[in-house]
Amino acid sequence: MADDSRNFTLKIITPDRVFYEEEVSMVEFNTVEGEVGIYKDHIPMTMIIAPGILTITKGEDVKEAALHAGFTEVLPDKVTILAEIVEWPSEIDVDRAEEAKSRAEERIREHAPGTDMGRAELALKRAVARIETVRA
Amino acid sequence: MASMRDIKRRKGSIQSTQQITKAMKLVSTVKLQRAKQRAEQSKAYFDCMYETVTSMLAKAGNLNHPYLKTGQPGKKAVIVITSNRGLAGGYNSNVVKLVTKGEFKKEDVTVYAIGKKGKDALQRYGYHIMEENSDIIEEPSYVDAMAISRKLLALYATGEISEIYLAYTRFKNTVVHEPTLLKLLPVEAPADRGAAQDTGSKAMMNFEPEDDEALELIIPKYVTSLIYGGLVEAVASENGARMQAMDSATSNAEEMIDHLSLMYNRARQGSITQELTEIIAGANAIS
Repeated sequence: MADDSRNFTLKIITPDRVFYEEEVSMVEFNTVEGEVGIYKDHIPMTMIIAPGILTITKGEDVKEAALHAGFTEVLPDKVTILAEIVEWPSEIDVDRAEEAKSRAEERIREHAPGTDMGRAELALKRAVARIETVRA
Repeated sequence: MASMRDIKRRKGSIQSTQQITKAMKLVSTVKLQRAKQRAEQSKAYFDCMYETVTSMLAKAGNLNHPYLKTGQPGKKAVIVITSNRGLAGGYNSNVVKLVTKGEFKKEDVTVYAIGKKGKDALQRYGYHIMEENSDIIEEPSYVDAMAISRKLLALYATGEISEIYLAYTRFKNTVVHEPTLLKLLPVEAPADRGAAQDTGSKAMMNFEPEDDEALELIIPKYVTSLIYGGLVEAVASENGARMQAMDSATSNAEEMIDHLSLMYNRARQGSITQELTEIIAGANAIS
């Protein structure tokens, strides 16, 4: 795994900052079409991100973060993730996420008219992703 | 000639004004630095976003998506980004002019104001102000931009508005700020389609999900990022404009003080001469 020739550049940008930019060997995340893992020499592709855990593997070193929204552009030797929201586990407030989770579940269960179900589900997914990132 | 006391009082008042403008200039210099840094940090994101969207549109060709359809009937929404406070030279009025002097008909436009000054001015001109979100300009966050774009896109989807514009001040560098009117929706395919395809590997880009769906998901993010970019740049421009305005105010005050000092000294000399003449004349009369 520690073979440097299999590394590619991973760049994660948010509207406020460059979140991460390094040579890595693999990156995994969740897209609207399902979970994907990307190695070097992937075919060029643009994917839309769904809330989930982002796993960055760099040799033996594995890092995780919660990635909520955005899209990614994959090129053979470079992956750019344009993330609207992405957080390291240390930046996540678990209590708040738990609260958001139960609130979203409540909303989905009640299914009151006028509730935006799509939004409620998204909120639930985000909260779950946050909690799982911290627990992992 | 004004009396010595009048001139002195006037000079004092200008001096204290100058102190205020000087302080304001210093404050906006510091704020500008912070805002500039922020604008630069977020630039990478927008450049990348813009590149992706244009390459997507170049490849997508003649997609018949509502986000790309032009010439629909309906109102035009204009997001007007100005400041909450004045004393920034022509900063606010230049943005307002974009709307009033542009090709818009007053009846067609609904204004989404960000910034009190722009809202007040447009209201005076008789424009329909749909909403005011003046607080967010103080500390623009991506979440704010998201809320606005979500609202506008929902209205766009129902056909209530047919075009979305963004009027803001582009921050080119510390001294140059350009009032800009940007069309957010419908997205115009890049005029230079050939150039976009020349970007090599990008032309080979695959989409997952397919073009249509990807467009549906990416365009809202594109709009949000443009609004956020507009906010961040507007804040930088505002402080830049205020810094310039206050700088020239300070030097104008300096000039006036110089002039008044000269007048004051002349008046003082005049009064001394007069006194002397009176004393000599009095002495002469006695002897």
